[in-house]
Amino acid sequence: MITRKAMLIDVTLCVGCNSCQDACKETNHLAPGVETKLSPTAYVALEEHNGVNVRRQCQHCESPTCVSVCPVGAFTKTAEGPVVYDEAKCIGCRYCMQACPFRVPRYEWTSTMPRVQKCRFCYERIRQGGMPACAEACPTGATKFGNRDELIREANARIQAEPDKYVPRIYGQKEVGGTSILYITSVPFEQLGFNTQLHTEPLPELTMNALSKIPTIVTVGGVLLAGVYWITSRREEVHRAEGRKPAPARNGAPLESNS
Amino acid sequence: MKSYIGKLTFWKCMAAVILAAGAYATFVRFTSGLGRATNLSDIYPWGLWIGFDVMCGVGLAAGGFTIAALVHIFNVKRFEPILRPTIMTAFLGYLLVIVGLMYDLGRPMMIWHAIIMWNPHSVMFEVAWCVMLYTAVLALEFAPMVLEKFRMSRTLNILRRVAIPIVILGILLSTLHQSSLGSMYLIVPDKLYALWYSPYLPVFFFVSALAAGCAMVIFESSLSARVFHRGLEKKILDEIGRIAVVVLTVYLVMRLMDAYYRDVFSLMFVPRMETYLYWFEIGVGVILPIILLAQARVRRSRNGLFIGAVMIIIGFVSDRLNVALTGLQASAGTSYFPSWMETAVTLAIVTFGFIAFSLAAKYLPIYEHEVHHEGKPLQEVWAEELSLVSQQP
Repeated sequence: MITRKAMLIDVTLCVGCNSCQDACKETNHLAPGVETKLSPTAYVALEEHNGVNVRRQCQHCESPTCVSVCPVGAFTKTAEGPVVYDEAKCIGCRYCMQACPFRVPRYEWTSTMPRVQKCRFCYERIRQGGMPACAEACPTGATKFGNRDELIREANARIQAEPDKYVPRIYGQKEVGGTSILYITSVPFEQLGFNTQLHTEPLPELTMNALSKIPTIVTVGGVLLAGVYWITSRREEVHRAEGRKPAPARNGAPLESNS
Repeated sequence: MKSYIGKLTFWKCMAAVILAAGAYATFVRFTSGLGRATNLSDIYPWGLWIGFDVMCGVGLAAGGFTIAALVHIFNVKRFEPILRPTIMTAFLGYLLVIVGLMYDLGRPMMIWHAIIMWNPHSVMFEVAWCVMLYTAVLALEFAPMVLEKFRMSRTLNILRRVAIPIVILGILLSTLHQSSLGSMYLIVPDKLYALWYSPYLPVFFFVSALAAGCAMVIFESSLSARVFHRGLEKKILDEIGRIAVVVLTVYLVMRLMDAYYRDVFSLMFVPRMETYLYWFEIGVGVILPIILLAQARVRRSRNGLFIGAVMIIIGFVSDRLNVALTGLQASAGTSYFPSWMETAVTLAIVTFGFIAFSLAAKYLPIYEHEVHHEGKPLQEVWAEELSLVSQQP
């Protein structure tokens, strides 16, 4: 059984050095340069809200919306946790971008063969037992890599140890079914640009409610339509067999009188 | 007479300008990428091409399956005269939707991936397949018009045999994908404004497509009558108008009940853009047409029918654009407006549709049908046609 990996971001420990973005860009061969927002060349970015630095990137959800909506299955949730994108399959419909509750995926709008770009959670490194470049580069331990359940325990421990310091919530634990990137902070999440209104149910379930009805619609509908055709076309056959004219074009024709 | 010539030249000039602009926009789109040609962004990944070309285009072509169902399955023969032009409109409509999609997809040359790479959890996968299959169905329903022209009686015969299963398949496919266009937005409850988001979006999209289909039948018939100097099938359109009233009333009740159960009535009176758009959509697109078309006097007048149909179409387009574009604005925190190139491409596609339809009406037996066959059972009609076709040298 492969354990789910995760990252714990303790916002109170972040000093805004941007080492995470630098390491990420180097590892993924992205164009260098400081970026303060996610972009096709910035899988992680330090956003500044009310003087506080918050690193944002793909949340690598437990029940990813992008995985669910992609018509060609270009996204996959791996057993270790990372949600990975296969550009060879992508047709560029951008439903993943439309649907992602965290508005993470970025697009190469200026390319003629555009790709969706987002954090890959250093999947290759993790598979070989290593850790993501950003977690390795973080000098203060604000970004910590580990097993998801252990990190949740640790986050709770930190909150309980200093209840006046931390907001009693681990963001990412339950949102949209839980994510792999967990946050704890002292400043309320709403003030740091987090969407705190997200449901706990994974979003793909909303679609499944509708999609699951399709087999019934097709089978029942098909039988119904065939049946209606049988009835309505029989009517004319009967009329003709009884030597009468075909059913008149007008509606409200009189019922058979004595003929 | 002079004014008529002047009008025709005006439309032809407009068409030329639009097509030229569209050609340039096409060049930019495919040589420089979506970013240069559109105002799309990471926050607004879908714009006019999805909101109008796809979401409205598919719905406006809904007449195809509704009239086919009425004529072939429910055996309401008196609608037969309008079946062929409606199938033509639908077939063209779907072809144009696919063209629009080729512009919007980031990698349109990979569009075939959906055939071999499957994700049955994705609504878009289902829409893609249903649209693909239904366009094939429409092609088969449209084929007789071409086959008759070229007098290919044997092929016609084969098609006749499979006509009913094809029509049933078409109705099922249409039901699925018309509703699925709404289902696509089920997954953004936090992004779509509460006046539009509902677990019943697929049902609303399906029912509104039925109304749009009726409206397009009236719209197309009215325009064709004017341009090709044909008579207007007034009795048929009168009935279609009544069907539209019933469908719209059902739709209105559903939307209101849904608003009640989701407790969003209060939102209908908050002074903001979304509220005004909502009232416009429901007022112009649903309530006014119901009031107008419920009156026999209006349904029997050419202009009354036309205006009623146009209102339904405007309301329908507003609803789809509200779900796809403006309803997402508040949560996006930024606004989107199509670039001139996006608009040019959309207008060019529509213009192309009008041109293609007039060519088809001119060269294919779309309207000749109705003179002889009204009221006869389908089998007799086909037998007659086949004998006519095989007799000709």
